[in-house]
Amino acid sequence: MSQWLPVAELAAKVRAGELEAVALVEQALRTIQEKAEYNAIIATTAERARERAASIDAVVKNGQNPGKLAGVPFIAKDNYLVFGAETTAASNMLKGFNAPYQSSVIEKLESEGAICVAKANLDAFAHGGSTENSDYMVTKNPHDKDRVPGGSSGGSAAAVVLDMAPFAIGTDTGGSIRQPASFVGCVGFKPTYGLMSRFGVVAMASSTDTIGALARTTEDAAYVIDTMAGRDPRDSTTIERDPAGYTDLPTDINGKKFGLITEWLGEGVDEGVRQTIRAAADKLRAAGADVQEVSIPSLSLALAVYYIIAPAEISSNLSRYDGQRYQFSTPEAKDLFESYTKSRGEGFGAEAKRRIMIGTYVLSSGYYDAYYQKAQIVRTKLINEFNDMFTKFDFLIGPVAPTPAFKIGENSDPLQMYLVDLMTVAPSLVGIPAMSVPAGTANDLPVGLHMLAAQRQDRMLLGAAKTVEGLLQ
Amino acid sequence: MADLTRDDVLKLARLARLTITDEEIEKYRKELSEILGFVEQLSQVDVTGLEPTTQVTGLKNVMREDEVVDYGATSDDLLRIVPNTQDRHIKVKRMIG
Repeated sequence: MSQWLPVAELAAKVRAGELEAVALVEQALRTIQEKAEYNAIIATTAERARERAASIDAVVKNGQNPGKLAGVPFIAKDNYLVFGAETTAASNMLKGFNAPYQSSVIEKLESEGAICVAKANLDAFAHGGSTENSDYMVTKNPHDKDRVPGGSSGGSAAAVVLDMAPFAIGTDTGGSIRQPASFVGCVGFKPTYGLMSRFGVVAMASSTDTIGALARTTEDAAYVIDTMAGRDPRDSTTIERDPAGYTDLPTDINGKKFGLITEWLGEGVDEGVRQTIRAAADKLRAAGADVQEVSIPSLSLALAVYYIIAPAEISSNLSRYDGQRYQFSTPEAKDLFESYTKSRGEGFGAEAKRRIMIGTYVLSSGYYDAYYQKAQIVRTKLINEFNDMFTKFDFLIGPVAPTPAFKIGENSDPLQMYLVDLMTVAPSLVGIPAMSVPAGTANDLPVGLHMLAAQRQDRMLLGAAKTVEGLLQ
Repeated sequence: MADLTRDDVLKLARLARLTITDEEIEKYRKELSEILGFVEQLSQVDVTGLEPTTQVTGLKNVMREDEVVDYGATSDDLLRIVPNTQDRHIKVKRMIG
């Protein structure tokens, strides 16, 4: 059982003076230290966290309200700009980088009294599905140290299950919150594209990058989303928050229509995963939900679309790391061109280089129409099919990944690693909210139920997930 | 199947401003060919009558006033993280050989 109370209760006790923020921060830091062997954490923000905790306790003693997340410790994926520690995105390129400003969502969480205690490991620049691509270390799955925690938010997901903090925040571009949540057995929520501001978060693929939360329960995740969601003038892609908020959720699933996606239960999907998902569907039926199998013909194309669009956008976004503006810069270069090529050649890891070169290829003159433009058109086809589905169904469900957590080193071939994203990339390309809810185990390893809803139905999705989570426990 | 040559890889690396070692050339030639071979399946897809998607939530031309906004960081804060500076300028290597 967790050492942490539900997030809302924890904050209420701090506001009431029954618990002290300084004690909560020490509890989090102690747990981080005790479980250091899992490599979930790159660095703590201990000094700043202790200062903030003391000031929050002082606010309470003064009879004032420090906010709805008063004194609640949390862990941020290390691609969020945060004061109190370096922001490295687990890359050598950004090693030593001290952010001159903080991410918008960090500012929002802090303004409600939450306290960042540590930065979590990830695949460098969020490129990967196992956290093995971190330039520093491989995070281990809390259920089996020989296995990966998934990725790229593997450190954040492992930290939640290791009970280091009541919640963590991550980013999801093609599955990077949902897949690790499935692999370690926590809740992982990716919102509708644009619901949370990405200002101050290291950019990966801008047309699918989203901010989200990982927590032990849907209720905790929703409480955090409620604090972070909404328009931000500093990120022009953000959308309005739901006027009804994300805490008082519609939880009734009786009579609701769920489409179980046939393509995600076919060949190449682990038998144990298939059984867990089918058993989950049966439990939903028993609870009064209308679950039917559905086919989305273009789903099989989503991975190819993603692995053109994402590298294209990555190659553009990573062009800012040129050795001149900030962080890694080679000391040895005869002219500016060589300073660019050497700084980037030495600073980037293998996966970043692969994606930059693929992106450069698909955007280059002569190949643009055949690859990038074609992918953006097939993306439309996919969006149309999903829109059609959501006229018939309230939710779509299936597995989050084809297998449970795999062994460290098992997927050493880059293309083989991309296939791990089979189920998570389509919701990203379509821009819809999607989450992973613990559904059971296969071979003693956690398996998540993937739940999707139409764009801007984040509140409805969280509400249904809260009920489903209870049914599957 | 896209079968890249060593020259293709070198050209890509140059376009992307990356130095790569001799061993890396062969490694990336194989890996990139494989990845491009996989994504090439899209060439078979019939997309008659469909337009490309560039923005998924339908936002268009999000405008703001053209004015200075305080983002909490000063130009001095930003200059502090630059590898090479001189008199509040970013200093780079010579551009013309």
